[in-house]
Amino acid sequence: MAELRHLPSRRDFLIRMAGTALVFGFARDDALANSAAPAQSAFEPTIWYSIDRDGIVTVNIIRAEMGQHIGTALARILADELEADWHKVRIVAVDSDPRWGYMVTGGSWSVWMTFPVFSRAGAAGRIALIGAGAKLLGIPADQCTARGGAVMGGGRSVSYGEIVARGDLRRSFSAEALAKMPIKPASERRLIGHDTRAIDIPAKTNGTARYGIDADVEGMIYARPKIPPTRNGSRVRSIDDAAAKSVKGYLGSLALEDPSDTVPGWVMVFASSYPAAIRAADRVKVDWVAGAGATVSEQDVLNHGAKQIADPQRGTLLVDDPGLATAFQSATSTVERTYTTGSVLHGQLEPVNALAFEKNGMFEIHAGTQWQSLILPVLAKALGRPQERIVLRSYALGGGFGRRLNGDYTVPAALAAKALGKPVKMVLTRPDDMRFDSFRSPSIQTLRMAFASGGRVTGMDHHASAGWPTLVMAPVQMAKGLQGQLYDPFAIAGADHWYTVGAQRVRALSNDLANSAFRPGWLRSVGPGWTNWALESFMDEAAHATSADPVAFRLALLDGAGRNAGSAPNSVGGAKRQAAVLRRAAAKAGWGTALPKDSGLGIATAFGQERDMPTWVACVARVRVDRGSGAVFVQKLTLVVDAGTIVHPDGALAQVEGSALWGLSMALLEGTEFVNGQVKDTNFDTYTPLRIGDVPELDIEFVDSTEVPVGLGEPGTTVVAPAIGNAIFAAVGARLRHLPIRPSAVLQALTKKS
Amino acid sequence: MSTLHINGRAVNIEVDNDTPLLWVIRDVIGLTGTKFGCGIGMCGACTVHVGGRPTRSCITSVGSVGNAEVTTIEGLDANGQHPLQRAWIELQVPQCGYCQSGQIMQAAALLKDFPAPGDQDIDAVMTGNLCRCMTYVRIRKAIKRAAAELRERADG
Repeated sequence: MAELRHLPSRRDFLIRMAGTALVFGFARDDALANSAAPAQSAFEPTIWYSIDRDGIVTVNIIRAEMGQHIGTALARILADELEADWHKVRIVAVDSDPRWGYMVTGGSWSVWMTFPVFSRAGAAGRIALIGAGAKLLGIPADQCTARGGAVMGGGRSVSYGEIVARGDLRRSFSAEALAKMPIKPASERRLIGHDTRAIDIPAKTNGTARYGIDADVEGMIYARPKIPPTRNGSRVRSIDDAAAKSVKGYLGSLALEDPSDTVPGWVMVFASSYPAAIRAADRVKVDWVAGAGATVSEQDVLNHGAKQIADPQRGTLLVDDPGLATAFQSATSTVERTYTTGSVLHGQLEPVNALAFEKNGMFEIHAGTQWQSLILPVLAKALGRPQERIVLRSYALGGGFGRRLNGDYTVPAALAAKALGKPVKMVLTRPDDMRFDSFRSPSIQTLRMAFASGGRVTGMDHHASAGWPTLVMAPVQMAKGLQGQLYDPFAIAGADHWYTVGAQRVRALSNDLANSAFRPGWLRSVGPGWTNWALESFMDEAAHATSADPVAFRLALLDGAGRNAGSAPNSVGGAKRQAAVLRRAAAKAGWGTALPKDSGLGIATAFGQERDMPTWVACVARVRVDRGSGAVFVQKLTLVVDAGTIVHPDGALAQVEGSALWGLSMALLEGTEFVNGQVKDTNFDTYTPLRIGDVPELDIEFVDSTEVPVGLGEPGTTVVAPAIGNAIFAAVGARLRHLPIRPSAVLQALTKKS
Repeated sequence: MSTLHINGRAVNIEVDNDTPLLWVIRDVIGLTGTKFGCGIGMCGACTVHVGGRPTRSCITSVGSVGNAEVTTIEGLDANGQHPLQRAWIELQVPQCGYCQSGQIMQAAALLKDFPAPGDQDIDAVMTGNLCRCMTYVRIRKAIKRAAAELRERADG
């Protein structure tokens, strides 16, 4: 994962004049200058921000804007250290270019990864401006301070714009000097932790925000694909477009030749307008040879996972403490449970789309994407040209949620534009989009716990099988297990929890049937979305099995001992911080108070996405269950979140509101089924995410902290489903072990109980 | 050739009568604030007003509109300062923003019918508008805030 987190912070930091503006950036490293950069830019620094003569600070943002207001948060980090006037700060969403280093927006990483770099870059700029401003004021720099976009000293001040106009600020900071740059203490922060309005919002209220689907270029034609019967291995036998020829505007159909094998079996239907492309595609008949996935369904994937779990020789061990076998052999009691989750669609509201064309020797792709650095090499292979002659232009994303980490939809547009020699704008209809989704794989997990006398926990193991998106799409990002085998860290994270459970084992299994039958995707919170469903449901069952209170049971295990102590800089406090959010959520929600009949409280806690970057979160769900119908009504969700320093408080709150409701939606209302190579639900008539009337009361609290800022886009999703499942048990005694929870399953569990 | 009355203008268009209004608005007239989400009237991203009533433009043929006035997000207020738009900014409603044109147009119609909407009114009228980012809590607050402002204006 090292590469994912790469920002060019280990290079000299340069301040130079460029035209009439002052630019701040990193020198290109040699590798990039030699291999990738055109000659004219070999000595051009990577510009992170600039200041012009009007004092306007322009910050370049390499992260995708997909609802998290990331440009605002990142610019605030920089502007705070720079002591800029926030009203003069602008942001620019940059296009893909090797100069930016690795471009990815996901994993709830953006603030965490950018904070150190932008803090230091801002501080370096402030120091240089104070130096130059002091000269203009004619007093020593140590008698000057910077504030609000000006340098002050001796009762006078000079604005940043004026310094840029009059001073010469050429300066370099070595990588070492930059690393030691003094960052302001938290008490001196003027923007970080203070609310502001997100820069991207006004354009989203008046129709002017530009999404990929809004891109256009002179002379473009429209395309809609015919989606083959299987995601992998389909082949076109023949195309019959006779019936499409009567559609006004129909231009023709083309079976794509794809050297990258991203879209095997795709047929593109072209027309002079998009509605004509929709109609024509409905009438084009394609005869395919389907791939092997055509005989695979949801239960096959789960059955395969169950077999894998039953074979102790399989999989990759992440944690394997000595003494596990002994703990179970000598246990006075044990608990073993298996949990499953079904397929989940992204359903981002903007169907995937891309506009592609060649211009001045560059192949331009206009589309909203989350992982430019992953798809560029694929596009290079597909188009048969070097990456340096392909550029991804940036747009707002009509929802990311991980769907656009996989940029596969850019490939067919590019192939079509190349084949036709003209601009092609491809838009998927909703059913096309859902059938082509790289959805969240079904998962199956078995957990066991060993108890000694008195209910003391002495051992625990956790085995998880699911499709592995990282193996399928980004194998270089795989992690190494204890015995050196590779595994998908994003598909197991969460199972390597912070509870002290004696001897522990965690085993990750790649569901190869899933990997071949479809393209498993990263979906908001990825693995922690299913590992915590199992883990936190199991913790509840384990507590009840030993007649312990579910909160007290967890608190006893969150003792911060050994590997759960945490370490600087990212996990200071370790499990103690998880215990703190758990305790606080329980107190806020009135844990232990009596509730009306058939109502109950359930609790769950997690650490967000990764042990390396824990966001401590706890949730209490209050539900009422209708015993007659099995319907579950979520009345309230209480969440407490410790994400360290909060950069943009209202944006942070919005992320937790949205992610918590995603958790609720996936727990009760979403979920599809993979049937013979296809997902069953292909539109919002039968795939039914949460609507406004389903929203419970939300009570969300952040822990006041100055620790390292971690992630917020996903952690809220991880705790809600198990909190609901546990609340159902508290309400009516029915234990649910499959997501999504359908009323029929609740009724069945009630019947089983009685 | 026919004439479409949209945002106070009369625009001549040359498309088949059965073309969905959505694509005429977006690709022929070039007003891209109205969005495509599902194509079957289930998500509300394409909501515009036709003759003042909220209408799913993805399932409305342009021929069926006739001489009725079409209003899109771009025409709701000349300066983008409709009380709903201001409330949307004040309460920082949008996340990805893709559904919000439709949400605002649906809410604008709601306020005409329910000047003082309660939660049940909002749930009933706004249920057809999906927000995948789940900004619903803020949508509800913003509608109430805009309604209060409009009532004050009417009283004053």
